[in-house]
Amino acid sequence: MKLREMAHARAGDKGSIVNISLIAFDVADYPLLAEHVTAEKVSALFAPILARPVERYTIPGLGALNFVLHRTPAETVTRSLHLDAHGKGLSYVLLNMEVDIEGDRRIG
Amino acid sequence: MKSLRIGAGAGFAGDRIDPALDLARDGHLDYLVFECLAERTIALAQLSKRQRRSPGFDPLLRERMEAVLPLCRRNGTRIVSNMGAANPRAAAKETARIARALGLHGLRVAAIRGDDVLRQARKLAGSEERLVSANAYLGADALLDALRSGADVILTGRVADPSLFLAPMIFAFGWALDDWNLLGRGTAVGHLLECAGQLTGGYFADPDYKDVPGLDRLGFPLAEVEENGEAVLTKLEGRGGALTIRTCKEQILYEVQDPSRYLTPDVTADFTGVRFEEIAPHRIRLSGARGAARPEELKVSTGFYEGFIAEGQISYAGPGALSRARLARDVLANRLGWIPAEDLQLSFIGVNAMHGETLSAPGPEPYEVRLRAAARRLSQPQARELTREVESLYVNGPAGGGGVSTSVRENIAMDAMFLPRSSVKPATTYEVA
Repeated sequence: MKLREMAHARAGDKGSIVNISLIAFDVADYPLLAEHVTAEKVSALFAPILARPVERYTIPGLGALNFVLHRTPAETVTRSLHLDAHGKGLSYVLLNMEVDIEGDRRIG
Repeated sequence: MKSLRIGAGAGFAGDRIDPALDLARDGHLDYLVFECLAERTIALAQLSKRQRRSPGFDPLLRERMEAVLPLCRRNGTRIVSNMGAANPRAAAKETARIARALGLHGLRVAAIRGDDVLRQARKLAGSEERLVSANAYLGADALLDALRSGADVILTGRVADPSLFLAPMIFAFGWALDDWNLLGRGTAVGHLLECAGQLTGGYFADPDYKDVPGLDRLGFPLAEVEENGEAVLTKLEGRGGALTIRTCKEQILYEVQDPSRYLTPDVTADFTGVRFEEIAPHRIRLSGARGAARPEELKVSTGFYEGFIAEGQISYAGPGALSRARLARDVLANRLGWIPAEDLQLSFIGVNAMHGETLSAPGPEPYEVRLRAAARRLSQPQARELTREVESLYVNGPAGGGGVSTSVRENIAMDAMFLPRSSVKPATTYEVA
């Protein structure tokens, strides 16, 4: 399934850094998110724009993960040539990620 | 003591005015805070002031003040804003002038200066001639003199966004400037409010996944803050939008790196223990934020001239739209071969322009495709040449190309540095209407 089915996300930007929160719709799904959406997988997903691997922070109380993407120095809000220079839509790149969670997921 | 009611009147420089007007009229607010300075806004204001194209403060200052000043005066609501941008004193003078014209005699307007550290930054950067602006992020403490003096309106340049909201709490509740947990809680409130509509359903709505009623009438949020720093976040009845646990969770993590160490000039805030509880529709109780000692140094955001950015677009539709757009791209790539590869981007709107080829998921071929050329670090003549090449595709490019648009703008790129607190000296001046 796609992450979008079990979580919502918001991207924020500061200079060359973009953070993407990933928040379980149902807090009970948080352990699955934490298990399946690792820093390694997210680093691989965003590899082309990264200067170094993604950092992941866990906020279990909110059922949320926070990913910090360090873009290359040419890819800052004020330098990027992408139509979405801020990276505001990168949250939906993450939500489009396929995760093999169906089988693990609680019913109901 | 009763709770302090603080409303968010703007989340960016060009934000809507009617939601602020509603808050000023019906919010029973103690404070109305307008956050209007994105990272680059102040550098652009500095540039425009230096080129004498504007006085250097927020272009919507007048419109906002004319809308809310009479209501705020009547309701005893004080205004705090970074609309001073590159020239807080001129913004204060203009606000006093507007107040006089509205018959609001005696209104006191404070200007907070001291964030402009261009001189200090020049020394550190070593006569960096491309440096346009350097502004230190001042903290809530810089606003306290003005609050104590009873100013009705406080206008600043660069102040950390949450600090604009935290300052009234420190003043009203008499919080100590080293009571880190209280400052951490107040900072959480400020951080949630600073983007205004982003807490009430803006930057959130996603049909069938996250529905937001009345997005066209989005109401801005307000907080009822208690003396212990806990708060209820809410919005006015009758306005559109949604203030829910989900909107709050998204916003508390917005622009955050390590949520246990959110750095502001006032405190190192810790959001990891934050809890949101829905106590009624559109009423969310916030608790559990903490804090630790503030950072030793102040962050300074610096702006640099970085040449011109040019952009041009042309669209193709119908059968073979994508292959004609690709041919146009190849033509441009050859014609613009003099631009270094890392400074030129050719992409297809509708296919891969948002985030580039590698991050874009493959999809069915769209009915229409818009070729987009963008390049940076150009001279002005080079920028014009790019736009002419895109226009030339009408006549000299593939069949059926239409709807060309082009733009050229001078680019200011932003970086950051750090300065010791001792080299930054905030000062307050006053204007009376």
